[in-house]
Amino acid sequence: MKRYLLQRIGFMLITLFIIVTATFFLMQLLPGTPFTNPEKLTDSQLAILNAKYGLDQPVAIQYIQYIGNLVQGDLGYSFQHEGRTVTSMISDRIGPSAFIGLQALVIGAIIGLVLGIVSALKHNSLLDYGSVTLAVLGMSIPSFVFAALLQYYVGVKLEWLPVALWEGYSSTLLPSIALSVTVTATVARFIRSEMLEVIGQDYIITARAKGLKENQVIVKHVIRNALIPVVTMLGPLAVSIMTGTLVIEKIFAVPGLGEQFTLSILVLDYSVIMGITIFYSALFIFVVFVVDIIYSFLDPRINYKGESA
Amino acid sequence: MSETILTVDNLHVAFKTQTGKLTAVRGVSFDLKKGETLAIVGESGSGKSVTAKSIMQLLPAATTEVTKGDIVYNGKSLLKMSKRQVTDLRGSEISMVFQDPMTSLNPTMKVGKQIMEGVQRHEQLTKAQARNRALEMLKLVGIPQAENRLDNYPHQFSGGMRQRVVIALALACNPKVLIADEPTTALDVTIQAQILDLMKDLQKKTETAIILITHDLGVVANMADRVAVMYGGKIVEQGTLDEIFYNPQHPYTLGLLQSMPKLNEDRSQPLLPIAGSPPNLATLGEGCAFAARCPHTMAVCHTYTPRDTVTETGHSVACWLQDDRVAGSRDLVETGSPS
Amino acid sequence: MTKNIPHFPPHQDLQAQNQYAYDEIPSDLFVKAPLDQRKSEEIGTPSVSFWKEAFQRLIKNKGAMISLVMLVLLIALALIGPSLNEFSYREQNLAHSNMPPKVEGLEWLGFNGQNSAGVDQYAERDVQINYWFGTDEFGRDLWTRVWKGTQISLFIALVAAFLDLVIGVIYGGISSFYGGRIDNVMQRIIEILMGIPNLIVIILFILVLEPGITSIILAMVITGWVGMARVVRGQVLQLKGQEFVLASRTLGASNPRLISKHLLPNVMGPIIVTVMFTIPTAIFFEAFLSFIGLGLQAPLASLGVLIEDGYKSMRYFPYKLIFPALVISIIMISFNLLGDGLRDALDPKMRK
Repeated sequence: MKRYLLQRIGFMLITLFIIVTATFFLMQLLPGTPFTNPEKLTDSQLAILNAKYGLDQPVAIQYIQYIGNLVQGDLGYSFQHEGRTVTSMISDRIGPSAFIGLQALVIGAIIGLVLGIVSALKHNSLLDYGSVTLAVLGMSIPSFVFAALLQYYVGVKLEWLPVALWEGYSSTLLPSIALSVTVTATVARFIRSEMLEVIGQDYIITARAKGLKENQVIVKHVIRNALIPVVTMLGPLAVSIMTGTLVIEKIFAVPGLGEQFTLSILVLDYSVIMGITIFYSALFIFVVFVVDIIYSFLDPRINYKGESA
Repeated sequence: MSETILTVDNLHVAFKTQTGKLTAVRGVSFDLKKGETLAIVGESGSGKSVTAKSIMQLLPAATTEVTKGDIVYNGKSLLKMSKRQVTDLRGSEISMVFQDPMTSLNPTMKVGKQIMEGVQRHEQLTKAQARNRALEMLKLVGIPQAENRLDNYPHQFSGGMRQRVVIALALACNPKVLIADEPTTALDVTIQAQILDLMKDLQKKTETAIILITHDLGVVANMADRVAVMYGGKIVEQGTLDEIFYNPQHPYTLGLLQSMPKLNEDRSQPLLPIAGSPPNLATLGEGCAFAARCPHTMAVCHTYTPRDTVTETGHSVACWLQDDRVAGSRDLVETGSPS
Repeated sequence: MTKNIPHFPPHQDLQAQNQYAYDEIPSDLFVKAPLDQRKSEEIGTPSVSFWKEAFQRLIKNKGAMISLVMLVLLIALALIGPSLNEFSYREQNLAHSNMPPKVEGLEWLGFNGQNSAGVDQYAERDVQINYWFGTDEFGRDLWTRVWKGTQISLFIALVAAFLDLVIGVIYGGISSFYGGRIDNVMQRIIEILMGIPNLIVIILFILVLEPGITSIILAMVITGWVGMARVVRGQVLQLKGQEFVLASRTLGASNPRLISKHLLPNVMGPIIVTVMFTIPTAIFFEAFLSFIGLGLQAPLASLGVLIEDGYKSMRYFPYKLIFPALVISIIMISFNLLGDGLRDALDPKMRK
């Protein structure tokens, strides 16, 4: 197990290093200069700015400096916001994103699990078809389309919830709901097919043959076994929530990391784009890693000692 | 003669398929007496597993249906019982061992827990008592270091050991009837013998009646008191082990015996396969199901279903060759092979 | 030999089982009449080829069939829709800006030419011509723009899916067919690519390449092929170990023959299904990029651009959002349902 963990962590670091390197050199290819209205600046002013951000150095030196700073958790300064470090921008912005993201995950997981389980237990019933249809709709309709419609009907027309902005708990609801749709649909589809798979297994017949009551069989054997692989969905779900926050924070004017990212893209704030890219990638790699570890605890058949089950 | 504990009477079981009903079991009747072993023999698709599962009522209700007949346990019809009553019997009075030990245990639950679960469902025991029972059972089925093994997961056991766990699980509540559905098919030959010996041993201790479902005549010879031969969803011949092995009356039974290698006989003797393939249940109508493959087929076999002919000893055969009107020789072996 | 004593088992329901009296069976039937041995060997049902069977299963799937019809309809509209009226997708007419949708005969469905305040803009501004989906702020006809946008979105998605397919099949095929060290290295590369959220890669590449149809396609393909490569590799590896491939190899089949006769037909199913799911993903990404401002530049329109435009003026002109939103949703749903249907049809074991 220890060896496996070290191996995994090593591989994670290599992946991250490749991402950082690729991002850095991609940024070098970007058109234009990182400063607003460079045409208004005199050459000497530009030179001062370049020197300040270290842009007068050769690319290789810049790269080594960047990596060196990164190891110390320093992602550099924003080009657009005087004197703000990228790290502080990320830490200021991560709160709202994490909040609506986790809230969406919880909402989506609960509704998705209920829909999927009921759907599998009432296989081929009207209820099943209903929730399968809902899941297909949830998977298919792009989150920003759903968010826009939600904002229009619930926010503008019905005025039930705040249309946008970040003022109090109620303003977290619409973005969370909009984000949770994909989660709900993914979880519902996944758990449904897992349940149907487990229900067909021989050991379920064994459980019935022991004389267990049907609800015992369902809870202790079917649902338990079907739930374990759901953990593996956390990786893809994290990505889908991350993706979702980019647009949904824009729609609902949530002061989160996603909104910062899209803003920085539009104004070409290189260091911020890079910083957030690296942050997102690290987060994703970390989530996948944690999921693997959790999974190995939940499923006794998996061990990382090198012997196969 | 000892007391009958389970009676299956003219059982018909149908599957609902997209193209209509498919009757897989078409009139199976047999009695099971206390402490005896009844082997049900037949090729794949003959309806033996379906018969077994319908006794336990483990067939999915959505796709299967008992269309006719009855199953009587201890004088009470299982089919007329409430769901609750049936689950009360399952595992405590009648239990089952399945074919594949690799898939018949829950992979994410410790084996001790899996045995305890059934025990606690049927008997008023504390957790510690149930755990003790599970331990006893593991010892009984011959699992070494049973104390340590209780907290192991199924994948930590070998196939043979797993089947022992399955048997321990099935016998944990001292059932009166044990249905073993091909209990050794998925195991290595050496392990097979161990498991069969174990079952025989345990049967002596617990006086459990066993219904042994198999297609392996070697297993039958080793285990059974009585044998029922199934073909096309029906029992075509039923009798004691000796009657079936030394005096088979149905051409199918004879075919089965002739296609089995025997150690004590001339090895140069070729095995005789049964020509043709198993019947298509969907198109099976009146007449004998075996008629298409039978070397003794008569005109009557194609249109009329043979009835059971039963001797005083209870040896019953469903074959027109038993009828008085048969013209010419009715000796099975004459047209078969010299034996 | 046992004597034949007529004896009926006590619990046998004879009446039900045999409708005829045994004694009435004519005795001349008791003569040998063996069946033709060949007939007993006959297989009951005619064998149906895999593809034909899969096709039959697909046809029975209502959702997939409705989706197929919807897709054919939408593709047809995307192709001919823009030329069904006299407007072009780029032609501006500021006098006719923000006209609500109006269709003769469909007034009851909301195509009544009234704006959100309930004023008939056509009467008010004396516009004689009907804009079926209304117009945008520059007076461009939205019907034409929606179908032109659908055309572009579908084009981007199809080309991206095709490139994914080509690269994925080649990469996955080489990786799995040669195995060993080549496979190992190729798999490590895939693992690293899988470790990066692909949206981030797409965004970075668009930034570098500058928005446009080609750059969107390229950016999506850079990471998109990984999924296909994994599917192909997994399938081929699984098949390679199977007996029929081994048997064919033993019989001396050449590599090309092995690939074309055994591997390809068996890998086809999962490939088709993967493509079916790649297309909606590509459509989603294109719309997503447009929505965050990295999409096509005006006057070109894709569904994403139209949704973004519509979203900006949603409060006062909701119709600008609703039509492209509806079209993209229907396309996504249809592709997903058709993909589900194909997966079920091609792999009956997977059927849920």
